[in-house]
Amino acid sequence: MQEPEAYPRAHHDLGGVAKFLCEPVDTGAHALTDFDREVDALRQMLGLKGIMTVDELRRGIEAIPEASYHRLTYYQRWMRSIADTLLRKGVLSADELRAALEAD
Amino acid sequence: MAGTGMNPIEADSGKLLEAVRALLGAKGIVTAPEIAERIALTDAANPGQGARMVAKAWLDPAYRALMLGDGTAAAEALGIFMRGAPPLGVLENTAEMHHLVVCTLCSCYPRAVLGYPPFWFKSAAYRARAVRDPRGLIAEWGTVLPADVKVRVVDSTADYRWMVLPLRPAGTERWDAARLAGIVREGDMIGVTVPKAT
Amino acid sequence: MALPLAPGAPVRVRLDWPEARGPAHIRTPHYVRGRQGTIVRHLGDFPNPEDLAFARPAAKLPLYHVRFDQPAIWHEGAGGDELLVEIFGSWLEPA
Repeated sequence: MQEPEAYPRAHHDLGGVAKFLCEPVDTGAHALTDFDREVDALRQMLGLKGIMTVDELRRGIEAIPEASYHRLTYYQRWMRSIADTLLRKGVLSADELRAALEAD
Repeated sequence: MAGTGMNPIEADSGKLLEAVRALLGAKGIVTAPEIAERIALTDAANPGQGARMVAKAWLDPAYRALMLGDGTAAAEALGIFMRGAPPLGVLENTAEMHHLVVCTLCSCYPRAVLGYPPFWFKSAAYRARAVRDPRGLIAEWGTVLPADVKVRVVDSTADYRWMVLPLRPAGTERWDAARLAGIVREGDMIGVTVPKAT
Repeated sequence: MALPLAPGAPVRVRLDWPEARGPAHIRTPHYVRGRQGTIVRHLGDFPNPEDLAFARPAAKLPLYHVRFDQPAIWHEGAGGDELLVEIFGSWLEPA
């Protein structure tokens, strides 16, 4: 009988993963920040306008390297995936995004 | 200063959000008023909506049947906005079976009914432990099930979103809908806790 | 599986790892692959997320709720406990 851990599990596929089994759960309430709400709303609007699906969002999050995946907060992962997907689909270009980042 | 080699998606996420919003706004793709309106709509969903559904199901057998057969229709029957939302599935706890909802792959949550998912639901610890050690996991909330109750863990992997219809606690026999809804918490509708009469 | 699967039908989840062959988006969790379960019910037909994730045309596939014996997967846990997972018909074979 095969052991689940022996196979090439994608790093986001976390069901039963041994290294988290002893980790306590932070059951406290954590208020969402303005950043969180804006990212969430942005993703919804991109979905409603047919620009980016929730499936594309998930794919983009899963593509984040494992160390970064666990270091970034939940909505930071969303934001990275949104930017990644918009670039991949040509909605934004890398040049204009870099320019906008520097324009602060 | 960023050179042409920098991967922009690795920029500080706050700056990335600002830059993406500015570009999308300038192109007329997504505007600031649209985002603001969407925030307001999303903020309006809250666990109290699910609590009202649970209370009504406890009092009205026909509504309970509707909730179990078509969760989306049951939510809409109470004025909860479900257009565009994924189909809602409802899992009924019984004296023999306790349900626990998780999304091991990401964080799929019945947002249209309960609002934003709580921090713990999205955590690696919850996602990893729920399918393998559900009793140990819910003990983190102080929840201990009777020895003869089985646990069914429901992993939300696809298009449905799942909530739990918890068992009505003893000591609530003549309560009205509002009082019943008042004891139903967010965690009760995910399965990490059970409602209590006090 | 092209045929509609009936409630109670024993099924096995294919032991396949598309992630190992290139970029993929798979909604069949690792811990059920290769495992035997039972169809609870057909939940409906939905576009294949494996294609939606890459903005490819996505065929509608039947989605099932499949029940698994929880202790059998992990070799631990309380007898009688179960896992219920939404799995697309393309990942299921009769057992």
